[in-house]
Formats: sequence, C-alpha cells, structure tokens
Amino acid sequence: MSKNNKILIKGGRVIDPANKLDAIADILIENGKITEVGKALSAEGAKKIDAEGQIVIPGIVDMHVHLREPGREDKETVASGTRAALKGGVTSLLAMPNTLPAIDSQQNYRLLKSIIEETAQANVVIAGSITRGRLGRELTDIAQLKSSGAIAISDDGSSVESEALMLEALKQAAKENLLVIAHCEDKKLCANGVVNAGLTATRMGLRGISRESEYKRVERDIALAEQAGARLHIAHVSCAESVEIIAKAKKKGIKVTCEVTPHHFTLDESAVLGYDSNMKMNPPLRGKDDIAALRQGLANGTIDAIASDHAPHTENEKAIEFERAEFGVVGLETELAAAISELSEKKILDWPELVRKISFNPAKILGIAKGSLQAGNDADLVVVSADKEWIVDRSGLFSKSRNCAFLGKQLKGVVEYTIYAGKIAYQRG
Amino acid sequence: MSWTRKDLLALEELSKEEIEFILSTAESFKEVSTREIKKVPALRGKTVVNLFYEPSTRTRVSFEVAAKRLSADVINIASETSSVKKGETLIDTGKNIQSLKADIIVMRHNYSGAAAILARNLDISVVNAGDGWHEHPTQALLDIFTLKEKLGRIEGLNVAIVGDIAHSRVARSNIWGLNKLGAKVTVCAPPMLIPEAIERMGVRVTEKIEEALENADAVNVLRMQFERDEETAFPQQLEYFKDYGITQERLDRAKKDIIVMHPGPINRGIEISSEVADGGNSVILEQVTNGIAVRMAVLFLVAQASGKTESDSNEQK
Repeated sequence: MSKNNKILIKGGRVIDPANKLDAIADILIENGKITEVGKALSAEGAKKIDAEGQIVIPGIVDMHVHLREPGREDKETVASGTRAALKGGVTSLLAMPNTLPAIDSQQNYRLLKSIIEETAQANVVIAGSITRGRLGRELTDIAQLKSSGAIAISDDGSSVESEALMLEALKQAAKENLLVIAHCEDKKLCANGVVNAGLTATRMGLRGISRESEYKRVERDIALAEQAGARLHIAHVSCAESVEIIAKAKKKGIKVTCEVTPHHFTLDESAVLGYDSNMKMNPPLRGKDDIAALRQGLANGTIDAIASDHAPHTENEKAIEFERAEFGVVGLETELAAAISELSEKKILDWPELVRKISFNPAKILGIAKGSLQAGNDADLVVVSADKEWIVDRSGLFSKSRNCAFLGKQLKGVVEYTIYAGKIAYQRG
Repeated sequence: MSWTRKDLLALEELSKEEIEFILSTAESFKEVSTREIKKVPALRGKTVVNLFYEPSTRTRVSFEVAAKRLSADVINIASETSSVKKGETLIDTGKNIQSLKADIIVMRHNYSGAAAILARNLDISVVNAGDGWHEHPTQALLDIFTLKEKLGRIEGLNVAIVGDIAHSRVARSNIWGLNKLGAKVTVCAPPMLIPEAIERMGVRVTEKIEEALENADAVNVLRMQFERDEETAFPQQLEYFKDYGITQERLDRAKKDIIVMHPGPINRGIEISSEVADGGNSVILEQVTNGIAVRMAVLFLVAQASGKTESDSNEQK
C-alpha cells in the first residue's frame, strides 16, 4: 500500500453498465474513492495493478447471504463469511436475519451491527425479520427495524404462512419504504420434501418439493404486494412458472424484482441422484426446462439479480443420511465464476449485462450506493481473469463450511484482486 | 463377463448383463442348499456384518443363512433409529465396522440413499438390504430369479405389481430389474399410493386391479403397511381388500398359470387371501428359498470384486 492510499489499475477492460462503459481504461483510486476513470492515467506514488487482459468490474453485491453469526459461529462468522466474499469478488452483501437470535428487534440488530463493525472485511448490510423469531405469528416492529438501519425485511428460510400477516407486513413496509424479500414456499404443498417432486423424487424414494409450492406462493405474495403498494423481491426463484408469473407482474407495473442463484441456473435435478447432500438445497434443483426458463429470464430482464444464497453448514450436518442433512450450499466464492462459465461463456448474458445482474441491479434494489465505477463512488471493484480455469476444491474455500455444490467442477473466471473501500482486500495467492 | 462392483446398491445402476450374471451365479449356488452338508468354502475367513437400522427378521435371516452357507463369519447389529439420531453417524459406524476388518456390510436402513452414502465412504463392500422407499435390490433379484425359474424367461413377460407403490423399495427395484430384462411392468394401486411420474420409469399405471391382472403372467403383491405413513391418506383395510386384494375369484379371471409372488411377510385377508397365498399359483415360499441362493451370489460377487479391483461402483454411474 502506498503512503497516500493511491491505487492505479492499468489497462483492464473496464465494464460499468451504470455509465454505459465497456472499454480499455485505467482507474485511479484515492483514499477509498474512485477519483478517475480514463485513458492513460498516471499517478505519482500510486500502487500499480497491471490489469491488461483482465476485466475490471464493480464489486459484486450479493443480496442473499447467511453469515450465521450470531448463534452458529461453527458454520460461519461475519469475519469468515466476508473473507470468503472478498475471495469471490463480493464487496457488499445482505446478511439474512435467520440467525440465533433472529434479527427481529432493535437490540438484535445492534448486536449484529456491532459484530460487523468489529469483524467484517467487506460491506455488510442487514435484513431484519418479518416476524418475531421468524415464527410467522407476530410481526416485528418494522418501523423500528428500519430506523435502526435494516434495509430490508425477510423471513428467509420460511415463508410467512398467514396471508393476513404477510399483507400487514407489506403494508407497514410500504409505509416505511422498506424492501420485503419473500422466500416463497407453501409448506402445505411440500411437507417434508427434499428434492424436486416428480420423477427424481420417485426414483430416489424421497418426498418431493413441488413447483406449485413455490409459484403459488410467488403468486400470492405478488398479489399482496400489489394490494399493499410495497416493494417485493422474490428470493431464489427456481422454476419456470415463477419466472412467468413475475414477468406478467412486471408487465402490469407491479413493483417486484427477483433473484436466481448460480446453482439453480447451472445444475439440474439429475445432480442429486447420487444422494450427495451438497446438492440438497431449498428450493431444490429443478428440471432442465426450468434452467432454460431461468436463463431466459435472466436474458430478457425478468430476473434482476444473481445472488448466492450462501448457506454454510458444518460437515456434521451434511455428511449424514440425505433426508436428515441440512438444506443449503455455500456460494460466495463460486458465484462469479459460475456466472461467467454458464452465462457469459454460453452467450446468455454479455459482460455488461452480467455485471448489471451481479452488481448494479442488486445495489439498486437494496438502495445502496454501490455497483458502479463512477468517479466519486466507493472504490469497491474486482479484477478478474475471465479466461482462467480452475477446479473448485474444498481445501481452497475460505468459508468455514465446505458444502459447495460445485466441488470438483471446472469453472472459468478467477478473481485476481478484490478492492474494497480503496484497499486491496484480496489478492490471489 | 466379470463382476467389478464392490457394492450392490440398486438395480437402477446395473446393466442387463450384470443382472443376468447375478442370476446365473445364483443358479449355481442354489444346489448348495439341497446338500446334506449345506456349506461351501467360498467366503471362508470373510466377515459379513448385518447392520440393520430397521426391524427385519426375514431379510436379515436370509442374508445370515446365505453368508453361513458360504462359510463366512456373520455378525448381526440391530440399531434402532432413535439411538442413531443421538449417537454415532452412519459413516462413523461404517468406518468402525471397516476397522474391525469386516469384508461386507449388509445394511437395511430407513432412509433412502443410506447405502449409497455408506458405500461412498468405505473401501469394504456394501450390500443394500433395503433403503427407505428407494430400492431393495436382492428382493427384486430373488423375485426375478423365481419368475425365470418358473416361466423360463423374463423377456416379454407381463408382470403386475400391486399395492403401496409409493412407499415400496421392492416395487422400485422390481421395475428397474424387470424393465432391463425386457418384461412389461404394470403397477396398480389406489391413486394416493402411486408416486408422481412413475410412468416415466417405464411402467403402465392402472388403478383397476382387473386391468392389472388381465394378461399378467405374474403378479407381485406388496405388503400393505397401514401403520406406516402418517401424512398420506390411506385406504381402509377392508376397503383395500375389496378393491385390490388378490383373491381366488380375481385369479380365476386371470391367466390360468399366473404366478403369485409376495415379498413377505404376508397379511392374510388384507392384500392377499389365504386361499391364494396357500394355493397352486403361489410361489411365496419358493421365493424364500431362492432368496438364499440370490444372496449367496451377491455376497460372493461383491467380495470377489472388492478383493480384485479398485473400481468404485459409484463412479461407474
């Protein structure tokens, strides 16, 4: 690090859809901010990063992360999760509130906030829960969560079963101009399910999680959000019907956005046939048709964002019988590479669109001033070797947990540097 | 052909040739049980551990007899699921058994996929003696062996499987095995007991028992376990017998020599009448006898493969 905190990134392909920029350019960073983007920049005493042949993008904004702290520090902590984030090029993330205790009060918000202030290596913003203890019975003090600093509310991990309660939550959120993130799953339609309903569940002798259990709830929550005039974001969309329903709602002008995870747009249900619990997540891996619909939804703008749903679990919770194993996979360290391998390489999204989905749009949805490389902005950015291939190896992961769906897979795209708040926060070793 | 799998986990992953190889090996072992001294030294010095997480007498005893007729040492471990939940993990239990220098674990488990998970984590052989609703490969092999013995072939046969298809590992293994060998399978049950998309496993589906039995060369009658699933609406016992029970009257309208099979234990008067169970079409007790030969073949083959080859059946999928 130079004395005056200057970094000059030279000669990379700079992609910044917010400013319609996709060109070879230099970026100058001073005191935590981007000060200039342009050709042939020079700066006395700056630390130089040669980015020739590499791609420079705004830091990834991952709007769906389970950091597990407080309460399950054996799975992940704010420190370990944000270190993993930086390795994956993620400089901002939304921490989901299903911790122990849940982030369902000002007090618990402050508890998490203080941990973040002390230990976070990247920018962490917080979602509060919709209901107390995420039990679906009683609303949290939504106004107070907002004034504490929560930038969204969500009972992620569960859906709010009661329609009346969800409507009330959406009304209050609308009043506070607070984003509501919905985990859409009607438990009545998928009791004890563990894999995609249909042939896969039947072959494996397991209970299924039907598409209906997701899209019927997507339908309900969109209708309620429309009625309440609230901003609704649908988490981890997994099936074709959900994409279609959201597309229709958007056409109607309803304020709804949605995200997809890399595992859902990459892996189909056949990956689960060997009872590998690293392929067990909720929603489950779906069919090839669903993957096609998700990709199409990304391409045509129905799907706004890519988010990891990073859900760390210990070995003890995964290396057991499939039905008993926890749902969820880690994803912070693989999301960019998965997106490059599956979307950019396969011409689903060009680079500017990819950056829009993984960085600019999620920042916009969350209402945080991130996701673009404009002079004056926080210097959060990533230098990527887009063509470099690597094999996902459990020992290489920075996360405390190793439950990754991409273990052993070859991916394209390696993060060379992650610059967070104007400092080199991660450099490939 | 030569057998290369250290484990037998599921018929879904076997080729037609592999299934036929097990059946022909079983044929040669069947004679052993008719000798005055019912023992061959094929697995002398080998240790077989029966690891049963679910109560089972029939399958465990069958494996035990099979192993003993091959001169293996047999150890039985019965573990209630409740204690497993508190204590040792499946993989740890397996590794402990491996460290005792056992050669084969025969496992019955209430969770689907348990045998696959165990096999993936051990070097010694794992034989699936039934995992959840998934598969019960040796049961299907003995059913097919019995059918072939009776009718001389499998190819082209019409086989009906009647009963709780949704929760039946016997049904799934039979469907894979029979399909691979060229039989035509019909499954028959009340709608709530037919799992989604089963027709895509290559079977005909009917709710009508008359349709299932029409033209059937054999019917495999599944045990109805009314106590089993608290979530699914189950038919009433008497109603089930009325609509689906295999009775002499129904057999009289089917092919004259229709073979009646049942994996046991039978519920007389619930899924099958006593008259049929004890009647001339029934091969239920012959199935029990054939189970020994089939399990001898399986134990023998996996033991050989695990000695000779490093190939892992999981990687061949």
